Amino acid sequence: MELDAARSALVQEARELLAAMEAALLDIEQGGATPEAINAIFRAAHTIKGSAGLFALDGVVAFTHIVESLLDRVRNGKLAIDEAMLSLLLRCGDYISALIDMIEDGRERDDPDPAARIDLEAGLNGYLGVKDAVHLPATTSPQAEPSEAAVEIEGGGHVDADTWHLSLRFGIDVLRNGMDPLSFIRYLATLGRITYLHTLVDNLPDAEQLDPESCYLGFEIDFASDADRQTIDGVFEFVRDESQIHIIPPHSKIAEYIKLIETLPEPPKRLGEILVKGGALTEHELEAILDKQQAQPIPPKPIGTMLVEEKLVPGTVVAAALSKQKQGEEKRTQEQRFIKVEVNKLDQLINLVGELVIAGAGANLVAKKKQDNQFDEATQTLSALVEQIRDAALTLRMVPIGEVFQRFPRVVRDISKDLGKNIELVITGAETELDKSMVEKLADPLMHIVRNAMDHGIEPTEVRLERGKPLTGTLRLNAYHESGSIVIEVSDDGKGLDHERILAKAIERGLVSADQVLSESEIFNLVFEPGFSTAEAVTNLSGRGVGMDVVRKNIESLRGEVDILSVFGQGTTVRIRLPLTLAIIDGFQVMVNDAVFVIPLDMVIECADHSSAGNAHHIVNLRGEPLSYLRLRELFELPGEAPRRESLVVVQYGQTRAGLVVDRLLGEFQAVIKPLGSLFTRVKGIGGSTILGDGRVALILDVPHLVTSASRSEGAARDASLSQQSSPQQNIG
Amino acid sequence: MALVIEQQGERILARIEGEFNIFRAAELKPALLECLASGHDIEIDLSHVDEIDTSGVQLMLMLKREAARTARQLSFVRHSAAALSVIDLLNLAGVLGDPVLITHLN
Repeated sequence: MELDAARSALVQEARELLAAMEAALLDIEQGGATPEAINAIFRAAHTIKGSAGLFALDGVVAFTHIVESLLDRVRNGKLAIDEAMLSLLLRCGDYISALIDMIEDGRERDDPDPAARIDLEAGLNGYLGVKDAVHLPATTSPQAEPSEAAVEIEGGGHVDADTWHLSLRFGIDVLRNGMDPLSFIRYLATLGRITYLHTLVDNLPDAEQLDPESCYLGFEIDFASDADRQTIDGVFEFVRDESQIHIIPPHSKIAEYIKLIETLPEPPKRLGEILVKGGALTEHELEAILDKQQAQPIPPKPIGTMLVEEKLVPGTVVAAALSKQKQGEEKRTQEQRFIKVEVNKLDQLINLVGELVIAGAGANLVAKKKQDNQFDEATQTLSALVEQIRDAALTLRMVPIGEVFQRFPRVVRDISKDLGKNIELVITGAETELDKSMVEKLADPLMHIVRNAMDHGIEPTEVRLERGKPLTGTLRLNAYHESGSIVIEVSDDGKGLDHERILAKAIERGLVSADQVLSESEIFNLVFEPGFSTAEAVTNLSGRGVGMDVVRKNIESLRGEVDILSVFGQGTTVRIRLPLTLAIIDGFQVMVNDAVFVIPLDMVIECADHSSAGNAHHIVNLRGEPLSYLRLRELFELPGEAPRRESLVVVQYGQTRAGLVVDRLLGEFQAVIKPLGSLFTRVKGIGGSTILGDGRVALILDVPHLVTSASRSEGAARDASLSQQSSPQQNIG
Repeated sequence: MALVIEQQGERILARIEGEFNIFRAAELKPALLECLASGHDIEIDLSHVDEIDTSGVQLMLMLKREAARTARQLSFVRHSAAALSVIDLLNLAGVLGDPVLITHLN
């Protein structure tokens, strides 16, 4: 189970890194190479390789290693990054991503695309030069066969040293438990000869904090002996449990040392020090290198490079020490900013907060009845706090929409190359937040829309030239918040929609009848009908008439809606509107007869007194503006007589307003949205239910739907009064 | 089994006698730090130390560090055989930096 969790963490981490890598590559393509961008790419490849290594995912390790080697050259200025290399690296990213997908499916033994791998490896090795693919450390003993090196399994070489290497970190309580590290070392010395011993004092605290009875010292020992492993192991038998004892036999693989460096608890301060302590270098060799480094002109080469150039240390050992240094730093900065939490736990928290809100409403109700000032005050404070907790809990699930947007630079780049069009992508509002669960479901619909815009919207360059438009087409992704919803727009400055052609097509397909009168936006929205496509040529991108209907279905499943704005010849905007949250809302309670309804507070504009006597068309004059309204009593066929004085609640959704006529206004209320059962999916005008403080159930009104139907009946009413027809036209949308 | 402290002009001479180990570490730490806090340079005489263990070594390292921090002179002198063999085993002669009289070994 834990292994599974670790693997899924690996998959997730790899995906994030690949996204960062892709973003950095595209940055380089646009704005030239910067050290930060190159480092970001290198880091991504390097970290993926490291994590994959932990799980022995050899396929990933071997491939990322080649990528990493190439990036290392680029980073050291030995190779210049060019357009072909960028494309190659982008494709490598795709391939690694495919490998990661296989890991997620538990099929990591299979290669997702062997042909691509061969192709990519050939490309990479082309840059590296076959011989260069690996640098053989000079200090490796003859056992390291060159053929092994060609495949480059990390740590393939063996160290020269014919001594054992022991790393001892005694537990803090060994002295208290009556054991003295010195006696272990003395005993060890009886089994052979200590050739080198370094006492590590890094952990020794300052005078103040030092507990004289604790043990703080660590030891790095090189030890010449004919004793076997078991004997040497046996020396430390009594302290093994509470201490860290690492023993590396003579002529061990370099990998052993790398592992050692990575597991040593000391902060990896100075690379040279670690290497000396690790026995891979002598003090003298290190000194010589340090001298050289100081004598060099600014900026000095990193010491790691120098050690390798001096052929004193196998390259891989240096890399391990370096990466440990880096990881330490990176981890520290990241840990402070983020903490990973399982989605389940968040959901549970939000459920509990929902229950808390309901319970709080119940307490409020009791407080009002008791008419006890102190009690009332206490519950007021409580509900203020509950409200804050609710908001804070909901924001936990909110993520910036940039998470979805970030994949589009690559998509736009690739598609515009495929289509031979110059298209620039402009992203705004990437920081706008929405619920995490929506982010995932939004990716596919957006992809369809973007592809459509690029394929059908934006004209080929020569056509744009003829029409006097800028040669480079612009695709915009924009997001912003508006009255309780989040709006996402995909706009292009292409040819726009031809509504006559759409209508002709729709009539041809039998989607509408020829004598229907449709508004422009209704015509545009016909493209969301199943099986609708006006593209003359079916390309491999879009135009097959699937997609837009799926887009609408996906958006509607998120309680959102999508519509199209377009000016012929100038461009098209697809606008998606989604509710901000799926769980808890600020509601406004109204009453009809003795039924309570809740209207999302974000959508309430104002309330007014209302008298509908003698108004046949359901239109009221609100400060000179006509406003159509619905009577909830009629809409839901509620019994009882309307009171003499009714109330009008003005609601707005998007750009449209409408009025709702109710018997009484009850005021604000925090509503926990409970989904309606599938029995009610066909009921229009109800978005969900909630539980009131006294335990009764109230229905939450589906304002978007009500507003649309109110404005539709307004249109019908207007048509009726304008044309004086006996039967008003029926609108279909 | 004692810590003998004498003031010699501007210098404090502290002589650790007997064990310099875990059994006395708790007692020796504050006493030696107090000497250091007096503001004088200190010599710590190890000639009467007949046993030293890790905790003793730790105290030596700590005192050296503290002296450097407060810009005082602190040196260990007249190392006994026991002290010397530990310093030698742990390769600490360079770290502690005190001159060691080889003749004293005998």
